[in-house]
Amino acid sequence: MTANGTNGMQVWHFSEMAYHPAWPQLEDTYRVTVPSRLFDPKVGADLYHRYLDEWALCDELGINIMTNEHHATATCADSVCTIPMAILARETKKVRLLALGMLIGNRNDPIRVAEEYSMIDVLSRGRVEMGFVKGVPFEISPANTNPADLMERFWEAHDLILKAMTTHDGPFNWEGTHFQYRSVNVWPRPYQQPHPPVWMPVGSEGSAREAAERGITIGVLNTGWVRTPAIFQAYRDTAAKAGREMSPKNLAYMALIGVGETREEGHRRADHILGYSRTSGIVSPQFANPPGYVSPAINAQMLKSGGASAARATRVQTKDGHPINPRTMSVEQAVDAGLSFAGTPDDVFDQLKAFYHHVGGFGHLLMMGQGGTLDHADTVANLTLFSKEVLPRLSELG
Amino acid sequence: MERIEVGGISLEAWVGGSGPPLLFLHGGDYWLQNRACLDRLTQRFRVVAPRHPGFGSSPRPSWFRTVHDIAYLYLDLIDRLALDRPLVVGSSLGGWIALEMAVRDPGRIGRLVLIDSVGVKFGARDERDFADIYALPADEVLRRTFADPTAAPDYTKLSDTELEDIARDRQATALYGWKPYLHDPALGHWLHRVKAAALVLWGEQDGIAPPAYGERLAAALPNARFTGIAAAGHYPQIEQPQAVADAITRFAQENRP
Repeated sequence: MTANGTNGMQVWHFSEMAYHPAWPQLEDTYRVTVPSRLFDPKVGADLYHRYLDEWALCDELGINIMTNEHHATATCADSVCTIPMAILARETKKVRLLALGMLIGNRNDPIRVAEEYSMIDVLSRGRVEMGFVKGVPFEISPANTNPADLMERFWEAHDLILKAMTTHDGPFNWEGTHFQYRSVNVWPRPYQQPHPPVWMPVGSEGSAREAAERGITIGVLNTGWVRTPAIFQAYRDTAAKAGREMSPKNLAYMALIGVGETREEGHRRADHILGYSRTSGIVSPQFANPPGYVSPAINAQMLKSGGASAARATRVQTKDGHPINPRTMSVEQAVDAGLSFAGTPDDVFDQLKAFYHHVGGFGHLLMMGQGGTLDHADTVANLTLFSKEVLPRLSELG
Repeated sequence: MERIEVGGISLEAWVGGSGPPLLFLHGGDYWLQNRACLDRLTQRFRVVAPRHPGFGSSPRPSWFRTVHDIAYLYLDLIDRLALDRPLVVGSSLGGWIALEMAVRDPGRIGRLVLIDSVGVKFGARDERDFADIYALPADEVLRRTFADPTAAPDYTKLSDTELEDIARDRQATALYGWKPYLHDPALGHWLHRVKAAALVLWGEQDGIAPPAYGERLAAALPNARFTGIAAAGHYPQIEQPQAVADAITRFAQENRP
């Protein structure tokens, strides 16, 4: 059964596999130009294995698994989202595996994407959920893909991947604008029929509409209390207009979650996880808005107001609309902004419930249960306590 | 502003002056700032300066994806406007377009002026011929573009329409020039087909396409000479409009087709 078909809110544990040991040496940028000599492979190996152990534990805890990828960065050492997914396809038996996901407008070979997702779907006996991702602007430089026609390439890759995964009568021809193959014939075909569920992270009402038209589940990240309701509503409105049956399972929200036996313990854990929010936007400004990544109208406003960095800096807001500096954000501010749910199990559930009703409901909670410098013992305790004390109450929602 | 209809596309353009035909092909950025030099050239030439498809308010057909498409469109434009063996002046990206036109239809172009042109790859695969304007901090790009960076336009004084046009210019430059970066890998092998006399004009302080690149380009063309423009960066026609207009005029008088 797919997660999209189960009852109650589904929870997914997400970690960016941060290589935080390099962070103290970084200042102006954590991405794109950071030299890899700052990555110690021995330390990195230990980190990879502990992050994988934490995901593997989720199989016992009833928490699904979410991976992602970024490139040329110390914020996220997961540069190939399907690698941990492939390992976990065998290490786990029950939970579902979501990659959110593959940067299909940046990968030059969509057929390889179809092969990777299909193979892991078969290995996991049908537990894959496949994310197709536009990618943040600073992914353009590592991939050296053209930003001026990124979304056009994204949708052509999307169409080709789905056709490749659902065609089982031998090769077909694809001579598109961006991709050309004369013999598309993907083996293996996926375990789930017709194909694993498709997800897409979105951060604006426009992309929510594009996803809704196609029935794609959206994962909304870092949009908080203020920006999320309009995005979810745009999805619902478009789905209704397109005559698509709407389910809360089409909507996912990501939150940084720190839960503890005491409020202090929960906040201490959330504070470590917030290392993610405090670092992920630190990038040299020239990589923050490659030409064509946003519309000419938005770019015109940026030319006036001092660029993309200024625009990104006002994206996090308190409930009453005051901007928060993500680099110095406290746990209290992150909770106020709806980016984090933190404290005792009761605190976390109450915050989640309030957010759930504020945004009109959603079916998936993407739980960043590890982020930043949160260590293994605390991550295990965080996930375990969440699964015991919060997870059982989620049937009241979703 | 006028519009030129060619190939089913309505191009934004500046047209003015009288005399022998001069087709001006602009670079990736700073379209508005070309005007001072073009006004001077209209005293001697009939100047036709289209804004490339995808730039400003010139639409881009969805299948237009390479500089080759623009080159063919402008060869059509030469026919459409009955420009008789025009002097083609190309700045930066416009120089690349001019070269692609010249190797395709050498007899159609009277003479060629390449101003801080891009388009040809000379360096090794792990060398970059042009500064990576997409990877350098904005203030460094300005310092490399202009000998006097204070000459750069103040965007807070432009209208929303002008700013949106600039945003489209930058998007289109990326579309045509992102990969391979500002060059056509084969173009260097076809330069022997450029029959027209060429003047390679270069800002002596160009930090985007350095003067050494310009000298190499001049040497690779069958009939070209290199001339530096003092106190100018990547767009000498913007920083030294009179010096560039004079150099073009002199070259045209000395090299009648």
